[in-house]
Parts: sequence; structure tokens; C-alpha cells
Amino acid sequence: MSTVVLLLITGLGLGALYFLVASGLSLIYGLMGVLNFAHGAFLTIAAFIGWEVGRRVSDGTWWGLLLSALVGMIVGAVVAAATEYFLIRRLYERHIEQALITVGLALASVALFEGIWGTDPIYTAKPGWLTQTTEILGAKIPNDRFLLIACAALVLGGIVLFLQKTRYGLIIRAGVESRSMVTALGIDVRRSFTIVFAIGGAAAGLGGVLASVYYGYVSAHLGSVLLIFAFIVTVIGGLGSLTGAAIASVLVAVLQQFANFYLDGTGDFVVIIALAAVLLVRPRGLMGKAA
Amino acid sequence: MSEPILRVSALSGRIAGQQVVEDVSFEVPAVGVTALLGRNGVGKTSTIKSILGLIDRSGEVHLGGTRIDRMPTHRIVAQGVGYVPEDREVFGTLTVAENLRLAERDEQPRRELVQQLFPDIHARRAQRAGTLSGGQQQMVSLARALVNENRLLLVDEPTKGLAPRIVDDVADALAEAARTVPILLVEQNLHVIRKLAERVVVLSGGRVVFTGEASELLDDQDRIQRLLGVHDASDVPAADGHDATGRSAR
Amino acid sequence: MNRQMTDAAPTAHGKEPRPASAPTSRAAASARRPLLIALGGIVLVVVLAILPLLAIEIPGVLPGPTYTPGTLQLLAYAMLIAALALSYRMMFGLAGLLSFGHALFFAAGAYGLGMTLNAFAPAEWPSELIFATSIGITLVLGIVLAATVGALALRVTGISFAMVTLAFAQAGSVLIRRNPGSATGGDEGLSLDITNVPESFVGVINTRNLYWMALAVLVFVYLVVLWVERSRAGHVAEAARENELRVRVIGIRPYSVKLLIFIVASVLAAVSGMGYLLLQSGASPRIATADFTLTILVIVVLGGVGYRWGAIVGGIVYTLLDQRLTALAGSDLIAGLPAVLRVPLSEPLFILGTLFILVVLFLPGGIAGIPQRIRSGRRQHPVEAEGTTDA
Repeated sequence: MSTVVLLLITGLGLGALYFLVASGLSLIYGLMGVLNFAHGAFLTIAAFIGWEVGRRVSDGTWWGLLLSALVGMIVGAVVAAATEYFLIRRLYERHIEQALITVGLALASVALFEGIWGTDPIYTAKPGWLTQTTEILGAKIPNDRFLLIACAALVLGGIVLFLQKTRYGLIIRAGVESRSMVTALGIDVRRSFTIVFAIGGAAAGLGGVLASVYYGYVSAHLGSVLLIFAFIVTVIGGLGSLTGAAIASVLVAVLQQFANFYLDGTGDFVVIIALAAVLLVRPRGLMGKAA
Repeated sequence: MSEPILRVSALSGRIAGQQVVEDVSFEVPAVGVTALLGRNGVGKTSTIKSILGLIDRSGEVHLGGTRIDRMPTHRIVAQGVGYVPEDREVFGTLTVAENLRLAERDEQPRRELVQQLFPDIHARRAQRAGTLSGGQQQMVSLARALVNENRLLLVDEPTKGLAPRIVDDVADALAEAARTVPILLVEQNLHVIRKLAERVVVLSGGRVVFTGEASELLDDQDRIQRLLGVHDASDVPAADGHDATGRSAR
Repeated sequence: MNRQMTDAAPTAHGKEPRPASAPTSRAAASARRPLLIALGGIVLVVVLAILPLLAIEIPGVLPGPTYTPGTLQLLAYAMLIAALALSYRMMFGLAGLLSFGHALFFAAGAYGLGMTLNAFAPAEWPSELIFATSIGITLVLGIVLAATVGALALRVTGISFAMVTLAFAQAGSVLIRRNPGSATGGDEGLSLDITNVPESFVGVINTRNLYWMALAVLVFVYLVVLWVERSRAGHVAEAARENELRVRVIGIRPYSVKLLIFIVASVLAAVSGMGYLLLQSGASPRIATADFTLTILVIVVLGGVGYRWGAIVGGIVYTLLDQRLTALAGSDLIAGLPAVLRVPLSEPLFILGTLFILVVLFLPGGIAGIPQRIRSGRRQHPVEAEGTTDA
């Protein structure tokens, strides 16, 4: 029983991490039709810079972590917005080329990070409490999972509030349904594009900093590994649906944990099979728009 | 006689490389309803979309004194054009109120007017637009165009797929709107056209084949048959004794 | 529905509608000079064939004169990558199938042959027969794998198709890394069991023969690609890429044609993979990763997705860049630069990625598209695969 609890809660923690990365992917694709392969790069640069700032000011403490997180979110948002403004926008409505450009950006940035920070993972310090465990129903849960879950919940809540209560949120929700109709109402929908990239970038940035806590290191490839799972989660949840991404994150992560434990470490494999199965049976995902 | 509100010259439109509108020219007067007619697939919707820049187009379009054919869609609309698209296109996941709020452009949107014209919609303002009936969605779509003080309305087949009673409601709403803003109306329903239109422009094969007063077309059964391919029974009184002509009633 | 409507909408600043006549004008141009081009191709192949006998030096690009094993190894690798790029271009450029899993088949060829040579060695059979049969077995496995993946993946289109292929490739990559039964060598890679490999393919002295093998693979792949693209199936696939509906209306099912192209392209990738195994005397798990497929995608677009020879040029340029830049980075020239320049320039993938971004932004026809652009002075969009609406 305690094993099940452990797997469930750590699964929830991993799912939180996936959600932080997938939320941006889902919104970006939903509103703009862009498959953003550079999303992992946003995550990685935010993690690196967040870590550099945090360790210089106050290494291994809560204050340092908070600072890292804030810096990470800002870096993520800025880099993402700049990407949209300078690169993506020029290829308006040319979705394949937009996706290709993000591929190029991903390739170039990983190489750049390796050049700057080296190819080996850099181990990070974290506040003591996060290295300890708390016992719940007989299961010893590493405390960093709770932090992840809390942050993901906050981000989800924040984005939902933004979407429901602000004018730009309204425009984005309508734009996910029909970009052209929003334009036909006299609204320049391109401004929302930058906003959506910025939001996605901020969430990914936070995800990057928290990933460095979760994995215990930062590296140039931090984003690439997570990105694949984020894509899987986004597709299973339904491209363009935030709630779909949230639900799928949890399902995928929990599935992965259980498969890793009970099926001899085949978690990755099982998740991929799940993706293929979903795509063949219900291509639009759990909560995506019908074709 | 004042300047036409819309002047279209040599307008051509393409979708995915296919020419769908070819060298279309006509004018829409600054008052009243002008109907854009023609058989199915002839290019009526594409003409509207070309005017709005929703598809590839070339040629000249003037709104009042301003040339709009080079502008992006949102700027054209911001000049004061209301658009009621074919198939309504309300945002299903948004509420009625959100649909309307999204459409508001003016400093003082005409909320009271919309409430008066569409009391049923106002009552359902917290309802998700995707759960409304076709007729109700059409009202939302119309309301979106009326909430701003526009200089021109482009209305595309507003009665498509609606029950006859709702068709009348929509026609009434349009008639009410036409009192203050000129309308370019694409319609297949001759009964509605008789009721509303003063002028007609007929398309065939993506080109203009007839322009003139509504009566010139609608009084002539042969013309109707030839240009629109339908037999017009709309001047026969309906079963409940209500006279469906309405021409002279304007 | 949304995507179809908006994709037809321009930015409405008087942009010209995309010419649907681009393939026709290319076809007309090549119809005028088919003999010249064929002749040029043959001359090129002959020149490449005799390179190992010459002592041409291109300092900075080639590590040594063209008869040295080091240079021959590099050139052979470049040609195999070019062959792989050709096969991908047929899938993506011709049929419009954006696959993120092409690396899977390259790896299937390499690992397939490697594992077969390890495991399959009936004592009574002569070496040559075992070798030939192993190749045959790998080919058959390649066809089966391609047919399975293709049949499943082509049930969906567009982004979903891309994701399914990505999923399969990831599964393959994960499987290779997990090293079931120690068959794949896991993270360390698979070494070639040379027991049954013909002697002429083994050893540094025989690099020349491997070079010729790679050239043969490239020529073979090119000819097959040419044949398919010029065939009826090829034309149907191209038409289906532009407009599925039009093809369906004539009564042809695009699915079967796409599946055929998918299988042929994947098997050609497997053939290149087998060549790779022999050349490198082993296989590394890197070749099964999504990164590798993306690299191939980059190569094809960089070279010019509308042209066969673009893929070849792209493959060769990329390989040379990749290998030589690492050497260049260690040189005094680069080491002397200030860090801001030195760091990015030492990373070949950074340069590739940046080049790629620039090409996508400003040179949509790729390198091979430059002559056309100069001639017509207009933007060309060789791939119009945007017609999908799902997900």
C-alpha cells in the first residue's frame, strides 16, 4: 500500500514538472499552430541563469531558490517572447517553416549551452528540507515533490485566472477556437501570440529551475529530455487544451512511475506506446478540438 | 444622392491558387440593404472574404473615402465594418456575454441596443455559446456586429439552415439594423430578399452578371430562373394569410 | 477547419499568391536539358570513383590528400549521410510526409545487420553466403518494420503523423539503450563482428573499398529515388501533397501511394544504415535519436527540399562541416578569438542551427534553390504540405 502511495505521489510530482513544460506548448500550438521545438531551450537557459544567479547570491538556501525561480521565470518569458517576435512572427501562418525554425533554434542553443557551460552535468545545491522525506501513509515521499506540485498548481491557477479574467485571456481563448474570426472582429491577434509565448516561456523557466532541483543538476540537455515528454503529454491531452495538458501530465507521469516499478523500468517505453495508442484511436487527444 | 459606402473595382480572389472571384465591380449605397445573389458556389462568400482580406485578393476596395484593399483584416474591420459570417462562427467555449464583449471596439458599445433587439440572447448571457440553438447563435453573431457603431455590415447567409419562424426573426432584426447602417447581404432566401433589399448584385462564375434595383430582378420570373436557377414561389401568400411580398411595405 | 481557412489568408500586404506552377516550371527546365544533366551526373560519379587514386588536397576542408584513409573515411561517411538525406527528401519533399522517425530505419539497417552478423552464423555456410544472407535478412526486416510503422502512422496526417513516427523512433531508441539480451550494446554501441564480413571491407588499408561501397550506395539510392519520383506513384504522391481532395476525386487512394513512398524511403535509409555499420565498424545509439532525425531534416531543408541534388549537397556539406569544425575549433586561429566568438564557433551544431534559421527565414528554397531564385527573382515555396486539419 505504501508503495502505491509513493508511486502515486511521486508520479504527481513528476506530472507537475511535465505540466510546467507542457502548458506553454499546448497554448502555443492551440493558438498559433506552432510546434515549438525550442521550448526545451527556454527551459534550459532559464535553469542555467537561474542557477547562476541563485548560487552567487545565496547558494543552497530557500532565498536562493526563490531568486532562481523568479529569475528563471523572467528569463524564460523574455527569451520566448523574443523568439516569437523576431523569428516566428516573420513566418506568419507558415506552420511548417515556423516549426522548422524552432528546430534550428533548439539545435543551435543546445550547442551554445554546451560551449558555455560544458557537456557535463553541473550539480546544484538545494535547501536541506528538500533533500529530506516526509512520511505519508507509510510512504516516504521526497519533499521536493511537494514543492513541484505546489508550483504547478499555482501556475495552473494563475494561467486559468489570466485566461478567464483578462481581455487578452479572452482573446486567446477565442483565438484557440478560431484565429480568423478573432481577426474578423477587428482584433490584432498577433499581439496575443507574443503573450502566449511569454507565458509559456515563464512556465517552462520555472519548470527548468525546479527540474534542476528534482534531478539535482543542470545541463545543456536538460530541456531536450523533458521536451519529448512534454510533447507526448500535450498530444495526449489535446493540443490547445490547458486542462487536457494538466490531466495528461498526471496520467502519463503516474503511468510511467508504475511501469518503471512493476514492469522492470520500462516506463519510457510504456508512455510511448500510450502515445501511439492515443494517436491511432483518438487523434485529437483527450480534450483537443475535433478536426 | 450621397457617396456609396462601399466601392469594389476589379476585385479578384483566390483560395489555394484557385481563382474564385474574378474581376467583380459593384457599389453599395450608404443607406439600405444591397443583396449579393447567385447560385451555390458562385463566389458570394468569397467576395465578402475578399473585401475583408480573409483570402488572397487583388483589385480596389474603397470604404467611404478610404482604400482598404491593402490593409490587414483587423484594420479593415476597425474602420467600422461589422461581419456576420456564414455558419455564424460564434466561439462555442465562450459565454454569450464573452462573445459580445470580445466584439466590442467602441468607447461606448451599444449594449442597451443589443439588449433590446435580442432579449432572448440577453437572458442567456451566461450560457456557453456552443450550447445555443442555430437561431440563437445567429442572433449572437448579429449582435456582435451591432454592438459597435459600424459604417457597413457584411452579412453572409444569416438564415441558412434555420426554421421559417426564426428566419422571420432574423429578417426583422436585420430590417431594424438597416435603419441605421447599410448592409451588404448575401442570401439565398428570396422571401428575405424581397423583404429587405433595395438593390441587388448577381454573381455567376465569380463575375457580376446583373446589378440593379431589387424590383427589376424580383418582378421578373424569367430573370430569377435564369440568374438564380430557382423558381420563386415567395410572392404567393403563405398559409396563414400573411402576405410574404413586403416589397411595398418598405 | 480553422487552419484551412487561415492558411489561405495572406498577411494581406499585397503579397502574391503562392505559385502553384513551381513544379511545372522546374519540370519544364529539366525537360530541356535532360541529356546534359545525365551526362553531368555520370561524369561526377566517375570523378568521385577515381578520387582515391588521386592526390587532391583541399586544406581546411579535407584532413589530407584524397588517397589517405582519413579523407576517404570522411568522404564515404558524407556520401552515406547524403544518401540518407536523399531518402528523407523523397518522404518529406515529394510526398509531404513530415516524419520525425526516419532515424529509426537508418538505425534498423545498422543495428539489424550488426545483430544478424553477431547471431546468425551457421557453421556449414561459406562466409560470403552468410554475409549476403545477413544483408538479405536485414532488408526483409527493414521492409517489415517500414510497412508496420507506415501502415499505422499513415492512418493520421500532419502533426499527428509526425508524432506517431516520433513515438516509434523513441521506442526504438529506448529499446536500443536498454540493451535487451546484450544484443545492442546499449550506451556503448554495437561493434561489428567481422567474422563473416568479406576481407575487402575490413581494416584501414581497405578504406578505399569502403569508400567505393559508400559511393555505390549513394548512386543506388539516387537511382531508386529518381525512378520512384518519376514514376506514376511519384507523381500521384506529389499531387496528393498539394491537394489531397483533387487526387481522391480522380479515384486514387493517396494512402496506398504514401505507404509505398514511406516504405521505399525507409528501406533506402536502412541500406544507408548498413553501409554506415560497415564503414564505422560499429553502430552508436546516437543514430536512433530524435536529434538525429532532426539533423537530417535540417540537412534536407538546408540543401533545398525541392531538389534531389540539394539533399546530396546538404548531406555532404553538413558532414564536412561537422567533422572539420571540431578540428578547426582546436586550431590556433579559433583559440585566439575572444570568448564571445570562439565559444559559438567551436560548436558545429550551433553554426548549423544558425545557418538553418537563416535559410528558413531568407532562403526558403535552400542552397539548391539559389539558382532558381536568381533566375526568377521570386520566392518559391517548394513544399506546400499545409492542408491538414486534425489535432
